Amino acid sequence: MRKEIVFTLNGEEMRADVEPHWTLLYFLREVCEMTGTKEGCGYGECGACTVIVDGKAINSCLYPILEAEGKNVITVEGLVTSDGALHPLQKAFIDNGAVQCGFCTPGMIMSAKALLDTKEKPAEEEIKDAIAGNFCRCTGYVKIIDAIKSCGEGR
Amino acid sequence: MTRYDYHKPETIEEALSLMACLEGAKYIAGGTDVMVLIKQKKLMPKHLISIRNIRDLGSIDTGNGLKLGAAATHNHIDGNDVIRRWYTALTDATGHLGSRQIRNVATIGGNICNAAPSADTACPLLVFDATVSIIGPWGRRTIALDDFFKGPGSTALREGELVQAFHIPGFGENTGSAYIKHTRRQAMDLPIIGLAARMTIGTDKHGGLSRCKAILSGAGSTSAILAGIEGEGWRCEDARIAMSVVAPRPIRAKKAEAALKGKVISGKLLQEGGELAASEASPRDSIRGEAWYRTDMIKVLLKRAIVRSIERVVRPDDGPDRARTQ
Repeated sequence: MRKEIVFTLNGEEMRADVEPHWTLLYFLREVCEMTGTKEGCGYGECGACTVIVDGKAINSCLYPILEAEGKNVITVEGLVTSDGALHPLQKAFIDNGAVQCGFCTPGMIMSAKALLDTKEKPAEEEIKDAIAGNFCRCTGYVKIIDAIKSCGEGR
Repeated sequence: MTRYDYHKPETIEEALSLMACLEGAKYIAGGTDVMVLIKQKKLMPKHLISIRNIRDLGSIDTGNGLKLGAAATHNHIDGNDVIRRWYTALTDATGHLGSRQIRNVATIGGNICNAAPSADTACPLLVFDATVSIIGPWGRRTIALDDFFKGPGSTALREGELVQAFHIPGFGENTGSAYIKHTRRQAMDLPIIGLAARMTIGTDKHGGLSRCKAILSGAGSTSAILAGIEGEGWRCEDARIAMSVVAPRPIRAKKAEAALKGKVISGKLLQEGGELAASEASPRDSIRGEAWYRTDMIKVLLKRAIVRSIERVVRPDDGPDRARTQ
């Protein structure tokens, strides 16, 4: 019943045989063992599983793997450069103390990246809108918003 | 995990024939409802037929009125400037549904076919007199959206049928619209109640528009604005009101619409309209709000939605973002 699928994952071609009922999240975590992307609720409520597909932030827990065919998928693992340097957003989250338990962070950063990729200097309201689907139960969001803002301004 | 096969037809005909020959098949669009139901084991399909890759289904056509393909995503609709200008109530809804991640994939056809009493896009489409074009094993048919909803989760769709598009007529410069989603929080929430209005106003008095602009910018409260508008003698030429979460399905407030039509707009008139709309509702107590509160809020929101609709006739360029917050 497996079907072959080809798509771009973090800039490289990914070719795999997948079960049709897998979600993109399941494929990333359980098959590719790329555990940067988290599963929180599994129902599209918390945003911990956020990845970017063709430039748009989506909940990978609700995304059927076969829909990834031919698409460009970016996960948090795709942000680090080949020499191991952190992405400016990752650095900004650390510098601003925007990470506490860290579980929401990958999803939060991917939502922020999807925003910054379309808008260099987003207003605070736009930042809030972009991360409204990412729950953080530690920080109270202020430092996260500060981190994203500093990244926009730093460009 | 429920195991199922997943099909990606590229044409509507292919989708229909898959549906006809596969046992236990279900259509899926954005998947933000279907995938959740599968995970909750409320739905256990053997086959999912994805309609995401059928090109025509995702399109938005603003050439003659508005045609929304059933698989158009909320974000796609939200980013359309023609819709933002002429069908603003719809932008009010698509911009505040779920989260960015949800809006990037969730489709308007899914929102309507899911037929939740709280469906955000239902009220705007109802006030725009939308019709639904449906295709199925027995051919095509078109019905009014008002006849499409049957009850919670229940629609006029027959077995194997698929919604193809929503058709909405064009409206002139004297028409404005608004949808107000009354929620406890601004994102990731269903409405306690939702209410949409479309108003066409008579501007027979020359120069009325600029005076009205001054009134709207100077006055703060809804009642002060209404007093000003009444002084100008503006008439309601036509009105539509739709409400969600006040009945088993999204409904029109037809008595209220009839009461408004042809009258000079005033605070008193809208009060009457609100009372009538409230009498047409049959809300329940639920975790999000109690019935008495929902009934009371109909009266408040009807006024606000109509004033906001009028504001948009007067200041069409402001768009939904500048609208006064609740």
